[in-house]
Amino acid sequence: MLSYTLKRLALAIPTLLILIIVSFVLMHAAPGGPFTSERELPPEVLANLNAKYGLDQPLWRQIATYVWGILTEFDFGPSFVYKDRTVNEIIAQGFPVTLTYGAISFVVAVLVGVTLGTVAAIRQNTILDYFAVGVSIGAQVLPNFVMAPILVLVFTLWLGWLPGGGWQGGQWEYIVLPVVALSTSFMASIARITRSSMLETLNLNHVRTARAKGLPERRVILRHALKPAMLPVISYLGPAFVAMITGSVVVDVYFSTGGIGKAFVDSALNRDYAVMMGVTILMGALTILFNLVVDILYGWIDPKIRY
Amino acid sequence: MFRPTLAASALALLVATPALADNPVPEGTTLAEDQTFTFWLLDAIKSMDPQINTDVEGSDVLRQLFEGLYSEDADGSLVPGVATDHEVSEDQTTYTFTLRDDATWSNGDPVTAQDFVYAWRRLADPATASEYAWYMELMQVVNAPEVISGDMEPEELGVRAVDDHTFEVQIATPLPYFPQMVVHASTFPVHQATIEEYGDNWTRPENMVGNGAYVLDEHILGERVEMSQSETYWDAENVVLTNLTALTINDVNQGLTRYLAGELDRVDVPAGQFPRLKEEYPEQATSTPYSCSYIYMLNVGDSGPEVLNDVRVRKALAYGIDRDIIVDRILQGGQEPSYNWTHWATAGFEAPETEWSTMSQEDRMAEAQALMEEAGYGPDNPVELTLNYNTSEDHKRIAIAASQMLKPLGFDITLNNMEWKVHTDRMQAQDFEMARYAWCGDYNEASTYLDLFTSYSGHNNGEFFNEEYDAVMKESKTAEDPLPMYQEAERILAEEMPILPIYHYAQVDMVKPDIRGLPTENVMQTWYAKDMYRVAE
Amino acid sequence: MVANQHKMEALADRLSEEDPVAGRSLWADARRRFFANRAAVAGLGILLVVALFAAFGGLIAQWSNEELDYAVMGAIATEGAPSLSNGHYFGTDDLGRDLFARTVQGTQVSLMVGLVGALVAVVVGTIYGATAGYVGGRVDSVMMRAVDILMAIPYMFVLILILVMYGRSMTALFVGLGLISWLEMSRIVRGQTLSLKNREFIEAARATGVPAVTIIRRHVVPNLLGVIAVYATLLVPLMILTESFISFLGLGVQEPLTSLGALISEGAGTIAYGTIWQLGFPLLFFCLTLFGFFFVGDGLRDALDPKDR
Repeated sequence: MLSYTLKRLALAIPTLLILIIVSFVLMHAAPGGPFTSERELPPEVLANLNAKYGLDQPLWRQIATYVWGILTEFDFGPSFVYKDRTVNEIIAQGFPVTLTYGAISFVVAVLVGVTLGTVAAIRQNTILDYFAVGVSIGAQVLPNFVMAPILVLVFTLWLGWLPGGGWQGGQWEYIVLPVVALSTSFMASIARITRSSMLETLNLNHVRTARAKGLPERRVILRHALKPAMLPVISYLGPAFVAMITGSVVVDVYFSTGGIGKAFVDSALNRDYAVMMGVTILMGALTILFNLVVDILYGWIDPKIRY
Repeated sequence: MFRPTLAASALALLVATPALADNPVPEGTTLAEDQTFTFWLLDAIKSMDPQINTDVEGSDVLRQLFEGLYSEDADGSLVPGVATDHEVSEDQTTYTFTLRDDATWSNGDPVTAQDFVYAWRRLADPATASEYAWYMELMQVVNAPEVISGDMEPEELGVRAVDDHTFEVQIATPLPYFPQMVVHASTFPVHQATIEEYGDNWTRPENMVGNGAYVLDEHILGERVEMSQSETYWDAENVVLTNLTALTINDVNQGLTRYLAGELDRVDVPAGQFPRLKEEYPEQATSTPYSCSYIYMLNVGDSGPEVLNDVRVRKALAYGIDRDIIVDRILQGGQEPSYNWTHWATAGFEAPETEWSTMSQEDRMAEAQALMEEAGYGPDNPVELTLNYNTSEDHKRIAIAASQMLKPLGFDITLNNMEWKVHTDRMQAQDFEMARYAWCGDYNEASTYLDLFTSYSGHNNGEFFNEEYDAVMKESKTAEDPLPMYQEAERILAEEMPILPIYHYAQVDMVKPDIRGLPTENVMQTWYAKDMYRVAE
Repeated sequence: MVANQHKMEALADRLSEEDPVAGRSLWADARRRFFANRAAVAGLGILLVVALFAAFGGLIAQWSNEELDYAVMGAIATEGAPSLSNGHYFGTDDLGRDLFARTVQGTQVSLMVGLVGALVAVVVGTIYGATAGYVGGRVDSVMMRAVDILMAIPYMFVLILILVMYGRSMTALFVGLGLISWLEMSRIVRGQTLSLKNREFIEAARATGVPAVTIIRRHVVPNLLGVIAVYATLLVPLMILTESFISFLGLGVQEPLTSLGALISEGAGTIAYGTIWQLGFPLLFFCLTLFGFFFVGDGLRDALDPKDR
């Protein structure tokens, strides 16, 4: 397993390099630059700006300088648009925010989803089951950009229980709505996956045997059924992670959390090359890392898989 | 609305106003206990460096943190800032500002004429690479173009500190509205030692040294900006609001919801919502003119479509759009339908009566039909055009409505929505047929609009080149009373129709009823928290 | 991206184990099982209704999707509500355009985006995966490394860039959506191709000198049809969901065309203003469409892989 892990990590380096080159080229091919503004700049000023940010260099050279900066000093450069910030600072400010509500959403989605799915499976074809299935199907197709304004309308404007946005250093009342908006559809998916895989597992021989032996139901579920039933859930976590990054854009827009998702979209629209590259690399690295963790977890649960 | 011509009003006021500012709170007012103000920002503030900032919202914050030579009051008239007064030389090209001697930076240093010299040079200096460097050229400061292009040293810019409290500016040609221009945030002084010590990082809360009524406490990108009263501000005893918070909310509708939930004291009203809010909250919904003009620019240059070279087609386009519907049924926020370019409320400006501005919409429509027939087009032989607009719910609605209005005349308009950078890039590359465009005045005078369509302007993206127009605008620069020239320029625009005026902006706000001191008659919508206060309810 | 990768692989394994000759009865069995599944049949029914709505809804609409109704414009909250008398069955949008006609047209676009996007993904994924698996060796490992690398790219970023760069056209949207979702497909197809490659009937074909392209086309792809069908059915709703996100970002189809996602995004923005029908009707069709595809996809999968039950 160690050599497998190392091999996967080694692959991450060319992956990131290609990611950098592809994004660099795509970004520069897009019309407009970071200094395109409604008030067209005099050529002299534009030349100055380009010189200041190294945009007057040939593309290969810019990429080389950029990669060199990352490798030697872990320096992702200055933001082209937010001129008193470096990319490192923008990420350092936004990423903990995204990570906080993202991680909480993730945990909530998995815990609630698995519980809901398991309960539904055990009580198959009861009202409880129908309720769980109904809720999860509904929640799965409701886009979070519909959910977010509804949540604010209900909990902020009508009930006045929770603030409609902001972050304030991550106080709990500012986290609740973002987490609900972000986690619900994943929770629903996980509940559905858990339910169907739990149903299958409960029909497997060893589970039937355990039940026949008269073991308490709780023990059968927790000891024998839950672990194998988790396999499909775990393989869903990878795609769910990527989708959550996407979802964080909606959360950042509606709840003004100041997270990295909004910084990402803004940087693409503003042509803030440096921030966009930094966030892309961060997201790429996280995706690689997360998929690796998922695969290792998968192998740990499913002994059939060999590396 | 009529206003006296600007040059006269500005000077008269400065002479009349004593150098001391008054307490903004009228006698007998009971102030609220809580003197905080929370306002809305659509986007993250890009820079808090006066010479780097380019955004309206950035300027709103900068005006609290810094103070320029002059400020504006609620009516948009000039009031003393760091400068108490100025004198103009006989030939109208040397302005000598007298600075107050009690102005201090937030670190205790006195604000001197050298600080202005430094800031103005810095704005023009190619090393600063400011996107607003052209503002120095606009102000006609001597040697500005040469400094910006790097042909001269910044030290050769026509600004000079005569002594600590006397700041002198040389301008190339007489510019009657020059004093009005120094209100702009890019002309604010900055603290040289701080910038030299911290470089680009000087604008962070822990480093920043400002001379405004407030100091920066916190700036979390994309979330909020916190400011509190400055103790070193020269007029600190008359500043009432203690704390300012700016919240970034990227969605207008969400901003309104949060305002209604009590999280904000001021927010913009989304299009179409003003009438309802005005009815439900008559004291909170306000609409005041705002100096920006919304148009569709036509590409009449060589790279534009052949058909737009026909003035009859251009006029038909302009006549065929029912502006009353756009203003009254789509925007619904007190905007004004426009039949000319310069914003109607601009100081010293009066739109001339033109052939089409006085017609009824039916007549305009009939005229448009006739013009199209004459040009050989109509529903059977439609004119195909593409209309570019940048992403925004409002631009989208107006573009859809306009295309539908023009359809019966025989215009087949394809809508092309692009995100802002691409839109701007295409316009500047003359790669468009019709494009949505808006211009906000940099200062309160008609030339900020009209200069745009001279052949030597950098923003004349539709390539409307007209010698007569150039001549009129050149003449206006030195005229005692430029209004007739401005009106002549507007007449030329109406005759040639290189642009389709759509509407003149209004600032449509929800403001908490206990807030006082926001501008009421200031078409530039510049506001200063130091003039504001909350009353007890 | 497809939620249940695990199940897809199980299904693929099962299908490639099938004897190609006995395959006929597999399909017959599958059909029987599919129609015995109530949820799947309901899903099919829903899809049929949605499809009919998209295809013929325009015939009963009294307004076109772009006409402005000046009678209601400017007072939408009071005048623009759903009404039979003025022909706006679903009410109007903020400009006074008929929401019924717009929902019909938006459903067409959403279905088309979903179907074409899925088609692009399936075609590219199948060709790529089959080629890699069949050729094998170094080519295979290079091709699959490339897939690994592409999978690590945050796909929204690619999509945003494509839409920003090449303007906002339907083609760009189709290609963009398709291109970000063929990766998993190619992996599954490759795995199956690898295991099929060593089966007798393919070795026999190879021995008699049948060219590789023909073998892939005649023998490999038909054996993958089941997986492809299930995958494609489950991919469509994900495409529609992704398109709705793109619309939310303001990068969707150009006006006057619209999509369900764009309508929902507009409607969601104005929920506080008493025009709830602007969100309700498009959202209803959006959910119905997604439900339909999910149910049918799940039903297909269960029908083709009976031991999964």
